[in-house]
Amino acid sequence: MTHHTKAPYPKRKRLVVVGNGMAALRAVEDLLARAPDAYAITIFGAEPRVNYNRIMLSPLLAGEKTFEEIVLNDLDWYAANGIELIGGDPVTCIDRDARVVRSAGGVERPYDRLLLATGSNPIVIPIPGHDLPGVVTFRDVDDVEVMLKAAESGGHAVVIGGGLLGLEAANGLRARGMSVTVLHLMDHLMERQLDPSAGHLLREELERRGMTVLTGADTASITGTDRVGMVHLKDGTSLPADLVVMAVGIRPNARLAQTCGLEVNRGILVDDMMTTSDPEILALGECVEHRGVCHGLVAPIWEMAKAVGAGLAGEIHDGFRPGATSTKLKVSGIDLFSAGAFQGGEGCEDIVLRDAGRGTYKRIVVREDKVIGAVLYGDTQDGSWYVQLMRGNEDVSAIRDSLAFGQAFAGGSGANPKGAVAALSDDAEICGCNGVSKGAILAAIAEKGLSTLEEVRAHTKASGSCGSCSGLVEQVLALALGADYQANSGPKPVCGCTHQDHDTVRRMIVSQDLKSIPAVMQALEWTTPDGCAKCRPALNYYLLCAWPGEYEDHAASRFINERVHANIQKDGTYSVVPRMWGGQTSAKELRAIADVVEKFNIPEVKVTGGQRLDLFGVKKEDLPAVWADLNAAGMVSGHAYGKSLRTVKTCVGSTWCRFGTQDSTGMGIDLERMTWGSWMPHKFKMAVSGCPRNCAEATIKDFGVVAVDSGWELHVGGNGGIKVRATDLLCKVTTDAEVKEYCGAFIQLYREQAHYLERTAPWIERVGLDFVKARVVDDTEGRAALNARFLASQEYSQTDPWAERASGGKDSHEFTPLARVEG
Amino acid sequence: MDQSLRWTDVAAVEDIPRQGSRVITGGADPVAVFRTHDDQIFALIDRCPHKGGPLSQGIVHGASVTCPLHNWVIDLATAEATGPDEGCSGHVPARVERGRVLVCLPQSFGG
Ligand code: SRM
Ligand SMILES: Cc1cc2nc3c(=O)[nH]c(=O)nc-3n(C[C@H](O)[C@H](O)[C@H](O)COP(=O)(O)OP(=O)(O)OC[C@H]3O[C@@H](n4cnc5c(N)ncnc54)[C@H](O)[C@@H]3O)c2cc1C
Ligand code: SF4
Ligand code: FES
Repeated sequence: MTHHTKAPYPKRKRLVVVGNGMAALRAVEDLLARAPDAYAITIFGAEPRVNYNRIMLSPLLAGEKTFEEIVLNDLDWYAANGIELIGGDPVTCIDRDARVVRSAGGVERPYDRLLLATGSNPIVIPIPGHDLPGVVTFRDVDDVEVMLKAAESGGHAVVIGGGLLGLEAANGLRARGMSVTVLHLMDHLMERQLDPSAGHLLREELERRGMTVLTGADTASITGTDRVGMVHLKDGTSLPADLVVMAVGIRPNARLAQTCGLEVNRGILVDDMMTTSDPEILALGECVEHRGVCHGLVAPIWEMAKAVGAGLAGEIHDGFRPGATSTKLKVSGIDLFSAGAFQGGEGCEDIVLRDAGRGTYKRIVVREDKVIGAVLYGDTQDGSWYVQLMRGNEDVSAIRDSLAFGQAFAGGSGANPKGAVAALSDDAEICGCNGVSKGAILAAIAEKGLSTLEEVRAHTKASGSCGSCSGLVEQVLALALGADYQANSGPKPVCGCTHQDHDTVRRMIVSQDLKSIPAVMQALEWTTPDGCAKCRPALNYYLLCAWPGEYEDHAASRFINERVHANIQKDGTYSVVPRMWGGQTSAKELRAIADVVEKFNIPEVKVTGGQRLDLFGVKKEDLPAVWADLNAAGMVSGHAYGKSLRTVKTCVGSTWCRFGTQDSTGMGIDLERMTWGSWMPHKFKMAVSGCPRNCAEATIKDFGVVAVDSGWELHVGGNGGIKVRATDLLCKVTTDAEVKEYCGAFIQLYREQAHYLERTAPWIERVGLDFVKARVVDDTEGRAALNARFLASQEYSQTDPWAERASGGKDSHEFTPLARVEG
Repeated sequence: MDQSLRWTDVAAVEDIPRQGSRVITGGADPVAVFRTHDDQIFALIDRCPHKGGPLSQGIVHGASVTCPLHNWVIDLATAEATGPDEGCSGHVPARVERGRVLVCLPQSFGG
């Protein structure tokens, strides 16, 4: 199909436009508005159709719009404006000396001014099978037609690329009845538009809608006999595919410009007036590169169009100045918005507001009292307002405290820091779980003279369930009591990033099925984008404890010692302590240690207070090789660095000692074999003594065992260290099996109940020995269940972290510099 | 002295773990390059203003790092200690261009 409309007027200047897309037509419309008769215009378009709204291809695919509804300039428009449209015929040659363009179909048109608006091409990853039928990109109406054809017979679609286009394609194909898997190379979706928190919410929503999302997925190849059949990932996964959509990015289409000798870098180089290196040739849209940037959204393109229109009309114009741009994901039912420098930058502050009840997330980035970026999820109503603040470069210091609540709150009450809550009407709901309004809370405060969060909770139930509105309730209190209000008399929050205390966090992780750090932060309304050095390690532990085998450890949320499995020293070197089971060693182990010390010039070796050897002053980059040598002699990590099981000290016991009543060394070894590798709220130490003389100091250990004639005494909650606490006697048992079962049960109770960084001594003081006895001694079934949970979680933790990292294994980036730069 | 900034291409953004850091060696003090949760890149001299702790080994949160030795919190953008603590660890200009990390290394890295 080729469209030929009216031939151009002969005597006016001739403007030829290459490209019949959004940028070209916007520029032509701008020109016509300024100087309707200045040019005789010819437009060449490679696509065999009029100009349509490319942005609306997603609703077209999803079946929400028809092609007619997305047309921007119909044939009548071209005719009415005297524009010649040569559609379905790409320009293949520009003769700049003769000032003539020529098309593939042989049509020639001379020009006085030439405008290039050739858009961009979708990137196709050149993996094997990329050219099989059934592999498409998502750029024009033809692509949509291929997808719709494939969707008719249902089946599996694999979308490569979890950016804006990929997700819109995925949503459309899902709406058309295909089962859809999105493969994304990065670790969160739409990383160019969203921060990880919003990316996480988006992923959850897409999965709820039945799509499968694989992040960190690197495609290796596509196979099939006469069309696509399978997609294979580098990690060995294979997925069935009846359709593959590649949406991995775009590249400016600058080929034509390049072949005719214009200056081209990534895109066609233009100045502020959109003039190329040839003053008679202008260019705009996705095909250009302006001040080092190629634009891929329409907002800046509309600004370019003004510069082009003015330039062609001979008007004075400041030229193109890129402003803040914003993106919205066009998937119905998902509100997602990002704008400007949402990733922040030097000297930026983040204002984060999470409302788990409504499933919203807002992050406003402020620098020097100006809004410079925003990410909104769930409630995007104020998106345009933030863009307005950005474009206007407005000083927001006066409304900073209520900025995240949006325009409605920032308006009149801006100067008041409690403005947001003050502006809420009395029937506004504060506690969603219990349906308590602001008015009800204010009334209770006034009538009953309440002054703390706990009192309000007790009297109104507000914040009594999920607790996520605690912050708001406190603001209502502050509003009512003014200077009299003193925040926080209840349980202490985990850290400054949240109002929630440790127990609430632990409870919510389990009851709400929260399985990642971002999920916890969203559900419990953290006020910082990614927490701090206090809360992240705690959350990482709580998740690990709640979901053994399922939760993937987050290295970046661990203290350095647990990340590199050695103790950092004051000079930045590390110490290495191999495990010596129950304090026993052998000639082979000692020889291997001696060899390692000499081979790596390790400056000091000493016997520790925990009955093993510590190698001090090991260089970080030597750690993997040191471990490899120790592993070779059968030794594993001693976890001397971890919030985990440390040592099990033993005395010689009945094997040699004239007073020994039981084999304390053997029992110590058994206990250490059973419990090593386990992550705990804090470090955990054990000891086994062979008689009440207690040479292994079992009564200042977290779990101490003392042999007596008739069996074993079990002691708990002891602590040396800063504040010495002798153990409490838990009970007496008779068999070895009982010692182990009680030990496993006690450890698991501590693991599940204590706060992060709380050792057993302060924990027992807090919860009481009776509580521990009730759970571990009196409740036979409960004890067995605790022990079973402990043993089950051990299946996932008894892999030697040293062996995983020895010589070039896991996390090798930790042990090698990023670069070495010398003059 | 030559006052112009000399940018050295040291790595790809992905070579640094998110919420993590790696070091560039070869000069008097190593330079620590940080990548935040939202992929901002910053560089500092890898020495805590308190007692010289290796900041590259700390926990990265927001645009800050907590020193592994005594928990001072250093603002990555300014290299200054935050809160009640005072001191600066030496800011090193860094930027990202097309996925590559460019760092303006101190004189001691040669040249
Ligand atoms: C190496 C060792 C000293 C020695 O040379 O003997 C040692 C060294 C350190 N201890 Fe200890 N403690 C060592 C046995 C002990 C003992 C004795 C024991 O385990 O029987 C105690 C008292 C018993 C106890 O824990 O209840 C002990 C109580 C502490 C404490 C105080 C704990 C408390 O709850 O009050 C700390 C501080 C902390 O953990 O916050 C600590 C912290 C440390 C740290 C980790 C300090 C630090 O954060 O850097 C030291 C690390 C040195 C390193 O790089 O390896 N160390 N430390 C001992 C290693 C034992 C091992 O083989 O793993
Ligand atoms: C599915 C989809 C969704 C999108 N969603 C959004 C969104 O939500 N928000 C947003 O801001 N942007 C969005 N975009 C991007 C937006 O559509 C583009 O930025 C815009 O269309 C670029 O305009 P352009 O004129 O530079 O390129 P195009 O619109 O691609 O026009 C270029 C035209 O030139 C033609 N052409 C190329 N070479 C020749 C030649 N040699 N001879 C003749 N003709 C030629 C091409 O066939 C094409 O028709 C989306 C894009 C797609 C594909
Ligand atoms: S007693 Fe103090 S100085 Fe000695 S190892 Fe323990 S923490 Fe370090
Ligand atoms: S050396 Fe960094 S806090 Fe002490």
